[in-house]
Amino acid sequence: MSFSQSFRLALKSLVTSKMRSLLTMLGIIIGVAAVIIIISLGDGMNNMINSEFEKMGANLLQVEVMSPNASRTVTDDEMYRLAAENPGTIGAVSPSVSVYASVKAGGDTVSASVSGVGEEFPAIQSVELTSGRFLHYTDVERMQNVCVIGAWIDQELFNGAGLGQTLRINGYEYTVIGVVEASDPDAVPTSYSDNQVYIPYTNATRLNHDAVITSYLFSATSDQTNNAAKAAIEARLDQLLGSDDYYMVISMSEMMSIMGDIQGTVMTVLVAIAGISLLVGGIGIMNIMLVSVTERTREIGIRKSLGAKRRDIRSQFIIEAGTTSAVGGVIGIVLGVALARAVGPVVGIEAAASLTAIAVSFGVSVAVGVIFGYLPANKASRLNPIDALRYE
Amino acid sequence: MDHLIELTDIYKIYHMGDTDVHALDGVTIHIDKGEFVAIVGQSGSGKSTCMNIIGCLDVPTSGTYLLGGVDVSTMEDDQQAEIRNKMLGFIFQQYNLIPKLSVLENVELPLLYSGADSATRRQAAMKALERVGLADKCKNLPNQLSGGQQQRVSIARALAGSPSVILADEPTGALDSRTGREVLSFLQELNREGDTIVLITHDNSIAVKAQRIIRLSDGKVIYDGPADDPRAVVQPHEPGEEAPA
Repeated sequence: MSFSQSFRLALKSLVTSKMRSLLTMLGIIIGVAAVIIIISLGDGMNNMINSEFEKMGANLLQVEVMSPNASRTVTDDEMYRLAAENPGTIGAVSPSVSVYASVKAGGDTVSASVSGVGEEFPAIQSVELTSGRFLHYTDVERMQNVCVIGAWIDQELFNGAGLGQTLRINGYEYTVIGVVEASDPDAVPTSYSDNQVYIPYTNATRLNHDAVITSYLFSATSDQTNNAAKAAIEARLDQLLGSDDYYMVISMSEMMSIMGDIQGTVMTVLVAIAGISLLVGGIGIMNIMLVSVTERTREIGIRKSLGAKRRDIRSQFIIEAGTTSAVGGVIGIVLGVALARAVGPVVGIEAAASLTAIAVSFGVSVAVGVIFGYLPANKASRLNPIDALRYE
Repeated sequence: MDHLIELTDIYKIYHMGDTDVHALDGVTIHIDKGEFVAIVGQSGSGKSTCMNIIGCLDVPTSGTYLLGGVDVSTMEDDQQAEIRNKMLGFIFQQYNLIPKLSVLENVELPLLYSGADSATRRQAAMKALERVGLADKCKNLPNQLSGGQQQRVSIARALAGSPSVILADEPTGALDSRTGREVLSFLQELNREGDTIVLITHDNSIAVKAQRIIRLSDGKVIYDGPADDPRAVVQPHEPGEEAPA
């Protein structure tokens, strides 16, 4: 039996009875469009989350010490020594001290996040400066009153000309020695880095009136050494603190993979729900094909009288069902991509419909037609030619 | 010499509730190549059942049917389909053209199912359409043609696969008498060119156009002989009625 004739006939009957075809394909159209939208937005969200993680440093290891008393604690020197002893796995280390402080310049006050860090901080989290320099070892060592400010603070307090100016943190004067590049030049502030003020951590402990540093940032030398670096840090903390109850090491790559897993599960559930529509669409196609077989009983009889075998009739109807659902699939893909593009900017996600998602959706819709077309096609193929010829 | 169609002691029995209906009751018919035979009978005489069996659309309850020397009386569905495709060409009362297909595509159908490639199909179909004088209408849809033209298309379709037998089931039933006569004389012409034709009808005036008449009544052959014999057109008397004088 000729595939092209069946295919052409199927397209012809799709065009001649538009309303019926549309209703038949509706389930497939909605199902495929929903799958495409979910996958596009999901991938877009994934890309966004990944790039945020990248910004924070994909090889970041965050250490929190939760020692119950001051006698069991870790010092910055111990942590620097730990990094120095593991040059193969640990790339950089920086204490991280949050300061609850008000930041003022002239008469203006801004809400800023003041962090005390070490000079290796830019090696852990990327810090691109538009002007000036980052903190140096000497700044930290000598507890210089210098700071590096985010683009938004620079804009708010100094109209973008903050380098060399002074601002006051809890009343202490600090000189601005660097300005961090805005994360998105069009919309300030968008990222946490835009309202940051970085000062030497040695100054930060003084501002906090608390010499104990409980938070450290490490970076692994590469993706591959993440786990080894984590193990080395944990081993040392175990030794220093005596119990793993007193500290926590969070690996950003682990966080990323946990987030990825959660997101993957959510996506799978959503796609499965959308898949129900495909199932309903398949049943719709089966229903219409059964009607079509009855309507065309006489045609089937004629074809059989001329020598069509069961498989000829069967493949004719399967091709017809497959064509219907494939056309529905294409419409669904176009609709889905268009809607994802339209909805993406509204929810702040750059939708990305992957070619794989499109190809798989198309394949699934054809498969739905073929699977649900089989039963009616088989019914048609088993018609008795005498009865079929006599059918009015 | 072997006969082209050889029905021997054919019975077709339908079970209707408790009673058995003998649609064919021990029918033996031989038809040779090149003959033009009319199978005649009133409705209920068994002529349609007979045509279904000759046409390999149905199998007998008992008896043997040799078509071209091959026993086709016990064949499965798909084997019968292949025999229909290769050996038989049907002409139906209602033309039975597929309305969505063009004239040419309709005529190509038997060749499509025999697996011929598209060039062969087109060539054979055009040749058959030329024979019925409708080559210029090949792109038209069937319903754009008159009844007589549609029936000629169905004749072309029957011819396209070069079958051994052409089976015409009341081919003039849906046509006015003038077009009916045209179709019949066309069948006679095909017969003169060597085609074997089996015509099924209830109408004596049509049956006499054949060379030979086989009359069926109540599932039995009651006459089998030349069409010009006066006995060929005598109606059988109904049970309870007086025999005609």
